[in-house]
Amino acid sequence: MSDIRPKYKGSLLRPMKALSFLFREPATLPMEPREATELYRGFHLNDWEKCIGCGTCGEICDNSAIRMVDIPGLPGDPAAGVKARRPAIDYGRCCWCALCVDICPTGSLSMSREYVHVSRDLDTYLILPDEAGMHGENFQKGWAKSEDSDLLDLTRRAMGELEAEARSDNFNEVTPGYDAQTALLEASRCIQCGMCHEACPAHMHAPEYIRAIWDGDMERAVGEIYRTNPFPHVCGRICTHRCETACSIGRRGDPVAIRWLKRFAMDQVEPEKVQEIALKNGIAKSTGKKIAVIGAGPAGLTAAFDLAKLGHKVRVYEARPEPGGMMRYGIPEYRLPYDKLDADIEVIREAGVEIKCNMRLGEKENLQNLRKGNDAVLISTGMNLGRSTRIPGSDHPQVASAVDLLARITLGEDIKAPKRIAVIGGGNVAFDIARSMARLQRRQYGAVNMTVLALEERGAMLADEAEVTEAADEGIVLVNGRGPKQVKISNGALAGLETVKCLSIFDEEGRFHPRYDESDLVLHKVDMVIEAIGQMSDTSWLGDDLTEALEWRRGRIAVDDDGRTSENWLWAAGDLVQGPDVIHAVAAGHKAAASIHSAVAAKKGAVK
Amino acid sequence: MRPENYRPVKHPPSHEYELYFGPNHPGIEGNYAIRVRLKGDVIIEAIADGGYLHRGFEKIMEERLWIQNVALVPRICVPDPVPMEETYSRAVEMIGGLEVPVRAQWIRVMLLEMSRICAHLFTFGGNAATIGLYTNMFWGVTMRDYFLDLFEEVTGARIYHMFITPGGVRRDLPEGFLGRLGNLLDELERRMPEFEDLFFESAVVINRASGIGIISQEQALSWGVTGPNLRACDLPIDLRRDDPYLVYPELEFDVVTVEGGDALARMMARRGEVIQSIRILRQIIARLPSIGGAIRSPLPNPLAWNLPVGEAYARTESSKGETAFYIVSDGGPRPYRVHVRGPSSMHAVQVLEKLLIGARIEDIAQIMFSLDACPPEVDR
Repeated sequence: MSDIRPKYKGSLLRPMKALSFLFREPATLPMEPREATELYRGFHLNDWEKCIGCGTCGEICDNSAIRMVDIPGLPGDPAAGVKARRPAIDYGRCCWCALCVDICPTGSLSMSREYVHVSRDLDTYLILPDEAGMHGENFQKGWAKSEDSDLLDLTRRAMGELEAEARSDNFNEVTPGYDAQTALLEASRCIQCGMCHEACPAHMHAPEYIRAIWDGDMERAVGEIYRTNPFPHVCGRICTHRCETACSIGRRGDPVAIRWLKRFAMDQVEPEKVQEIALKNGIAKSTGKKIAVIGAGPAGLTAAFDLAKLGHKVRVYEARPEPGGMMRYGIPEYRLPYDKLDADIEVIREAGVEIKCNMRLGEKENLQNLRKGNDAVLISTGMNLGRSTRIPGSDHPQVASAVDLLARITLGEDIKAPKRIAVIGGGNVAFDIARSMARLQRRQYGAVNMTVLALEERGAMLADEAEVTEAADEGIVLVNGRGPKQVKISNGALAGLETVKCLSIFDEEGRFHPRYDESDLVLHKVDMVIEAIGQMSDTSWLGDDLTEALEWRRGRIAVDDDGRTSENWLWAAGDLVQGPDVIHAVAAGHKAAASIHSAVAAKKGAVK
Repeated sequence: MRPENYRPVKHPPSHEYELYFGPNHPGIEGNYAIRVRLKGDVIIEAIADGGYLHRGFEKIMEERLWIQNVALVPRICVPDPVPMEETYSRAVEMIGGLEVPVRAQWIRVMLLEMSRICAHLFTFGGNAATIGLYTNMFWGVTMRDYFLDLFEEVTGARIYHMFITPGGVRRDLPEGFLGRLGNLLDELERRMPEFEDLFFESAVVINRASGIGIISQEQALSWGVTGPNLRACDLPIDLRRDDPYLVYPELEFDVVTVEGGDALARMMARRGEVIQSIRILRQIIARLPSIGGAIRSPLPNPLAWNLPVGEAYARTESSKGETAFYIVSDGGPRPYRVHVRGPSSMHAVQVLEKLLIGARIEDIAQIMFSLDACPPEVDR
């Protein structure tokens, strides 16, 4: 190829040919607006309706050009994962790489096909992009969200579960938990936006512990978890995971499996080590104050744990033989193995909390004595009574309450499950009892005949989706849109349950007021009916005087924001005051503990 | 002043003087400077004096996530940014064991060759301007701009495309793009004879550029000269052929060599490479439509992307020479260390300093442009 070097001296005249350009079209463009290409990365556009203010654009920005700005008046909703802030972009720093667009979890960010911004006013280079664009001229979208360059991993790592045949006649745990590699991959999906932290009733530090799991540092993860939740084994299994509802990744894909990650971290660390980590800040010097907690459920034990760490002498009174409340007596063992619950409670005991079981108030001990002997009393007795449909025939002995049955199963009573059972209800409790009784049926008869009758349509059910599908796998029949009419009894024996079609559940004002089509009548031939339509509290043990003295709100004890009742020595927390789940109870327990601590600290001297 | 602090200044002979050439001098490429000592108008000593463009790329890259560096690397060489993106991404892929889908490899080669043409057109122009031939500069810049329009179409940006990421590219080609690229190549081929008339075969150019800044083959090899500058010493060394990457083994092209090792030879080598790049692009236009599949392999969440412990040296034949990234990962989300081997850091420092000795003052600019030195590659 070396022949391309000219061997001659060159021409003086040939360059003159360029003069022909005088008669050609100019290559330069006139100064008028020019259409940018379809992928052009111009100025940012942001759809404020879609944007949730997660700030991930600012995290990925390599020039720190994006700052999240609080917008007064913008509605924020922590439970839905929306923050009242939007990204502001500094074009003095932006390099138009569009990584912000590619990582945006919602797809609200894009870039316009606008080339030019000229101004002598430096403030105009800092903008709060909206849909109209930098100059409000509605330039077309250029670079926008595309699957081609999406930087997020939108697919959740699947959690395995026991096959239906392997699980449906025993109470072994259904889900085995993540293995190390799966957990690492799942943890790597988190973008650390913190929506989960805001949405969690107890404000757990999910981004921090997920990052610790990703770093492979399980002990740090456990430490982060124990900052806010003394029931991590429990919540890692049966939490209603408000965090996942709020997760930014869930906007376009599957939310990060925050609950399973918590479980994974807890399962990796030895119980002794967990105790050490949970109590690493030590237990404060004894204050000499005594506090009584009534009811060893999640709210009471959380408060007891907090108060014990603060140096108070805490004694918990529990009516049942074992602590745990609904976590033990309500949730079936296949969802929450008892040894995991025991591990959580052991940490609480280790903090110095004394739990006295089989101590039903009004029998060996009463509230007035506790009041005298303690600086403060917290009641957290939960909701232990099943509500009844009160339909004709519902007082028959073969009509049972779900919470009673669940507790009896836990207590190890020998329960005879009839061959055909109907459960009334469409929530998680309905499925808990249906699946538990189905297991007993399969044990006793080798076959399941279990019908769950839910008022709601399939899409509006209150139960978790996983519960519904797993129940179906176990052979349980779900019938939607049926309301109970009456329990048929013939010759004193239960013959079946009559249901009618449910037309609507709520009235115009959103109150529970179902309407039925009485003509659409179906008789379900069953031997037993279980009611799982909700629970209520038993507060009869409070005594007439106290019941009279306390303020009540819609049938529940009225408390202030911190759980203090109208009696200044008495606090209340958990389902008794406000439900519906463990994590809300944990949050309420923390609040009550903080309130009790500040109240008793102000009191002079200890009770003698 | 105290007498003990007095140091007599050693004055040079009266017929020698020192000239600070740059950094705003129109004959300097980019923000760069050379301190030259002259005897009359003949240079007796030259010391390259960079630092005007120092933005600390290598250090900044240690502070940024693997994906964020994609936005940083093209800035290391303004006229020829694609090889920087490609080389960085390939080094990351080597450490992380990432596969690049075949279609993405073809798109990358296409962009690399388009970028090479752009850079060479830019250099023709700049080279001409150093000897006063401004028309050619306008032509070069114009032709390059048509290519930039195409870059804008594919990548969404004209200069800093930030388009090649570890694992592939960010978008597939738009509808009808290869046709438009073919049209532009036709236009460029039509224009090449006009470039010959105006520039390569102009008596002014041949007389000014011949015998200027001669590098012998031994010197070229010992000074670390690479790329067209090396091939202008009649040494057929080209990484695309000798250490192939992407899909270059499937493409036919000649390694352009020119005899002489002077400024003219270097210009001619670049002219020949433009022709070869057109040839490669024509093959891509023919082959690419039949190659389907993904354009990138899935990446983990970039905010939590740890690369395994390891190190990699990836090199690319850019328009300037061997562009390489040496990256060390300590297993974290950011590089532990990045070293950029910009070919211009040899060409614009050790080679330029030596070539200038004995040259005349009016040839400084021409010699520097004929080496196609890119100062930001020196100031990394």
